[in-house]
Parts: sequence; C-alpha cells; structure tokens
Amino acid sequence: MTVDPYVPLPYRVLAVHQDTADVATLDLEPVGAAIPEPKPGQFTMLYAFGVGEAPISVSGAPVDGAPLVHTVRAVGAVSNAITRLRPGQELGVRGPYGTAWPVESADSHDILFVAGGLGLAPLRPAVRHVLANRDRYGRVSLLYGTRGPEDMLYREELTEWRRMLDVEIEVTVDHADRTWRGAVGVVTNLIPRAGFDPAHTTAMVCGPEVMMRFSILGLQSAGLPFERTYLSLERSMKCGMGLCGRCQFGADFVCKEGAVMRYDRIAHIFTVREI
Amino acid sequence: METLERIVLEQKIFADLDPEVGTLITGCARNHHFEPGAYLFHEGDEAREFFLVRHGEVALEITSPGRRTLILNTVADGDIVGASWLVQPYRWNSDARARTHVRALGFDAACLRDKCEADPLVGYAMMKRFMPLMVSRLQAAHMQLLDVYGRPEGA
Repeated sequence: MTVDPYVPLPYRVLAVHQDTADVATLDLEPVGAAIPEPKPGQFTMLYAFGVGEAPISVSGAPVDGAPLVHTVRAVGAVSNAITRLRPGQELGVRGPYGTAWPVESADSHDILFVAGGLGLAPLRPAVRHVLANRDRYGRVSLLYGTRGPEDMLYREELTEWRRMLDVEIEVTVDHADRTWRGAVGVVTNLIPRAGFDPAHTTAMVCGPEVMMRFSILGLQSAGLPFERTYLSLERSMKCGMGLCGRCQFGADFVCKEGAVMRYDRIAHIFTVREI
Repeated sequence: METLERIVLEQKIFADLDPEVGTLITGCARNHHFEPGAYLFHEGDEAREFFLVRHGEVALEITSPGRRTLILNTVADGDIVGASWLVQPYRWNSDARARTHVRALGFDAACLRDKCEADPLVGYAMMKRFMPLMVSRLQAAHMQLLDVYGRPEGA
C-alpha cells in the first residue's frame, strides 16, 4: 500500500512514560498501515485530532517489533494535547521526514554524542544504532547535560549504557544541591575532559540552539573539524516536506535539508539572528 | 623518586612550559591531600593558595541563609580550583569542598604573583594558561545563567 505523505496514519498509544514534569514519552503502534521505518534523527508530524500538528523527532524506531517512540515536551496547544494522551487513545502520524544522523558514513570513526536537555531524544536512535553495531565504531562517548537531576531523560537506559564497558557516558546538570552526587556544570565542561581524538571523531550535537553554539565552540577548540560536526536544528514547521517554506533557513528548508545538518554547510549563517 | 617539579610539569595546564619557568612556579607549589567533605577553602577567606586537582572531585558551593547549599560547579582531575587569587581583593567567592579523596597541588598565590611581577616571561606564561580557562568558565557561567533548558518563552 502506498502511503500518501499528506495524510496522517492513525496510531494508537500503547504506553505513556512521564519523564519529567512536562515531558512524556509515548509508545505508539499503527492501527492499520505503518509509516516507513524512520532513520535515526528523522522526525514525524504528530497530529492531535482537532488540535493540530507538530514536528516531533523520533526517539525510538519501530525495529524488531518495538513501538514507534516520541518524546514530547508540553509547550504549546498541540504538544500539550499529545502529552495528555493515554493508552488506547489515537493520534495521527505522517512521515518520516528530514535527514538522518550520519551513523553510516561515520562507520569506523570514534563517535561523540553531545546532548542537552530534550536533545537526547533525537539522538537516542543514533546512540542505540551505534551501540547495536558497536564493532563498527571506535571509541563511543555520550556527554549529556540537563537543567537539574529531575530533568534527566531515560534514566534507566542511561544506567544500562553506563554499565557497558566500552562506552563512556558522562552526565552533568546545570544546577543541583548536595543531594546530587554527579557532576555539576554545563555540558560543554565535559568536552575537554572527554579525551577524544579529533582526527578520528564524528560529533553529533543536539539540544537548545544556544547550547549547540557553545558546544561547537568547545568542539572547535578541541580541534574537531566542522565537516565532522553535525547538529539537529529546530525550526517552526508546517508541511514537513519542503513545500510551505515555513522552516526556511538560508537556502535550505530545515524539514528537508535538515533537521540534521553538517555544520560546515551552515556555519556562515548559524549565528545570524535574522535567519 | 617522583619530584614535585615533575608532578607540576606533568599537569596538562603546564604542558610545553619553559623548564626554567617550570622550576620557578614549582617553587610556589606543594602537595595536598583532602578527605571527603574537607574544605579546600571557604567563601570570604583570603585567597592565599589555589589548587590543581591531581585526582578526585571538588564542588564549588554557595550557601545562603534559608536556602539549601547550591553547587555551582564540580571540577575533577586536571582542573584548577579557584581564580580569586588572581585579582584583588584576593578573596574566595565560594566554598570548595572535596567530594571524594582529593590529591591536589597547592600554589602559594602571593609567591606566584610576585614571580609573575618580577619576570614578565613567567607572567606571560601564566596568563597564556589561565586566560583560556577564565574565558571558558565565563562562557560556562553565561550558559548557566541563560537557563537554556528552561521552558521556552510564551510556553
């Protein structure tokens, strides 16, 4: 059956995990036909019936019978409606759209993931892919920063990753009191401590744009070339497939040429306020 | 036997340091060991000595009446603890507490400042090492202040 890219397919909520006070992760299964399998880094348009659509990164691919997973922060009407859905309720899904993290072209490289806040969600499929194909990559590190300990996503999975002996997982929070035993400080503090070899490393960075700007400075001063630095951009989107122009970013549409973009392609406009 | 000078020059921040300058700054250094929970310094105290963590973890903390102690930052192996020794009035603006067993190098601040003043080569070598550190800490402070993971405006 051909999937019409304009038409959302009905999906049923299997489970809702309340990650933080305003962030929920939804496991979804198709009611009938399913969207094609998303690549790590791609997003879908989620449709809260009667409310509207929002672009949401896939945070877990439907591989080997697993559900399609999205992690959503309740910040507007649509995302509020989506995070209020309960198991058994339905929503519309169309996609997947956009570019993917370079997990294939980074084959044999060392991999450095830098995630800030909710930015771990779009990176999670890439982390899972790399860990599932561990022998294809060199050293693997994940640097994750959040606002506070209570804002951390996927605690159980982070703990599992930390147990693996050939992956470095470093977590820090911006603010904490003494009950927190982990690192305190911004995620960029972890970059010089990560000890990666810039000549053989591909970095994938995702988080709020200011966090990504600071991260790029940190990676640049550590010697990582822009050609091996990838970001996932967030822009207001409507169609999700490069037709409406809502997400124009210089000569590109973020929904089509992004959301994952190689930094050397956008470095000249990344910090231009008017764009 | 491992000499203090070798330990000092092994630290990342002193990489490629002119050996003569290394000898001069080692003259201001000594070894320290802190038990977990011990304070390296307290807010308001004179910044007589700053530290370079060789091993362990240190929390920089602020306490104010009626509020829980807040951790501003944690530092670990290879990091410098404290910058207030560099600028007047040479007073610490936070507490520094060992979270683990900490082995550190302590540098006598007045001794080092005097040597920087007396020999511009020493002063310039120190400036080249401490200025990037100060800039990166300023950037980190900016990022913390911006509260980048907070709820978007209008949400």
